[in-house]
Amino acid sequence: MSQAAGLFLVDEIMLVAIDENIDDGDIVALQDRLAEEVHANDAQGIVIDISALEIVDTFVGRIIAQLAGIGVLLDAPTYLVGMRPAVAMTLVELGMTLPSVRTARNLQHAVSRLRSGR
Amino acid sequence: MNRLPRLRGQLFERHEITVEKDIVRARQAVGRAMDGLGAKAIRKTRLVTAASEIFRNGLNYGGGAVALIHCDAGNRMVWVDCIDDGPGIEDMALALRDGYTSGTGLGRGLGGAKRLVDEFDIVSEPGVGTHVRLAGRA
Ligand SMILES: Nc1ncnc2c1ncn2[C@@H]1O[C@H](COP(=O)(O)OP(=O)(O)OP(=O)(O)O)[C@@H](O)[C@H]1O
Ligand SMILES: [Mg+2]
Repeated sequence: MSQAAGLFLVDEIMLVAIDENIDDGDIVALQDRLAEEVHANDAQGIVIDISALEIVDTFVGRIIAQLAGIGVLLDAPTYLVGMRPAVAMTLVELGMTLPSVRTARNLQHAVSRLRSGR
Repeated sequence: MNRLPRLRGQLFERHEITVEKDIVRARQAVGRAMDGLGAKAIRKTRLVTAASEIFRNGLNYGGGAVALIHCDAGNRMVWVDCIDDGPGIEDMALALRDGYTSGTGLGRGLGGAKRLVDEFDIVSEPGVGTHVRLAGRA
């Protein structure tokens, strides 16, 4: 996994920034690292940043769902930030509802919601 | 294989899709073609997303594919062909159904792509290959 995704700890929250070039080979390593980091740092939540993505197809949608699944398992609420309006509309048409992911308008919103525990 | 008719318009770009990075390259070219026709973000996003789905299918199931992107400036349409010589699709109705996957996907790619575009065509013959055609209005 090179620049396919960045993992940062910001104020006890794990930030995952997904890059356009993420591919099949990156996914398992990313999931493993996310699980480890959340656990090791006792992270309060996960924020997945997709602002670098011009589109989200079913492949990336599945990655987001899997990362959020780790959040559920580790009791770390997961927020998605940086979704472009056009992307939100295409996700609906792909039938990707991403039930285990909450969306926040931006990183600050996500962080303050995680802080206030909702 | 039953072939789709020749495309009108200008060939914009041709991309071989043999590794995953090629999917991104080819779909970015679709985006540039839409930009060239002055497409709004939503129209561009719809076509690029649909193209990404069929390019990934062409790689994953077709064993690699060729992407042909045509611009029809007169009709303000971008056409995307994805052609592979893989195993083909035995049961087309099943493949198009939301939720059906023969692999580990969500089975939403083909049906989703069809809903996202203005024109959708697919021909496939077992043992010969698959040709998917999409078009979006800018
Ligand atoms: N180019 C192709 N060649 C052979 N079979 C194909 C091709 N494209 C699609 N298929 C078949 O059609 C099925 C449905 O495709 P679709 O894109 O809808 O779902 P998927 O690729 O399995 O999952 P998803 O796209 O949601 O990640 C595939 O599982 C595969 O069996
Ligand atoms: Mg697919």
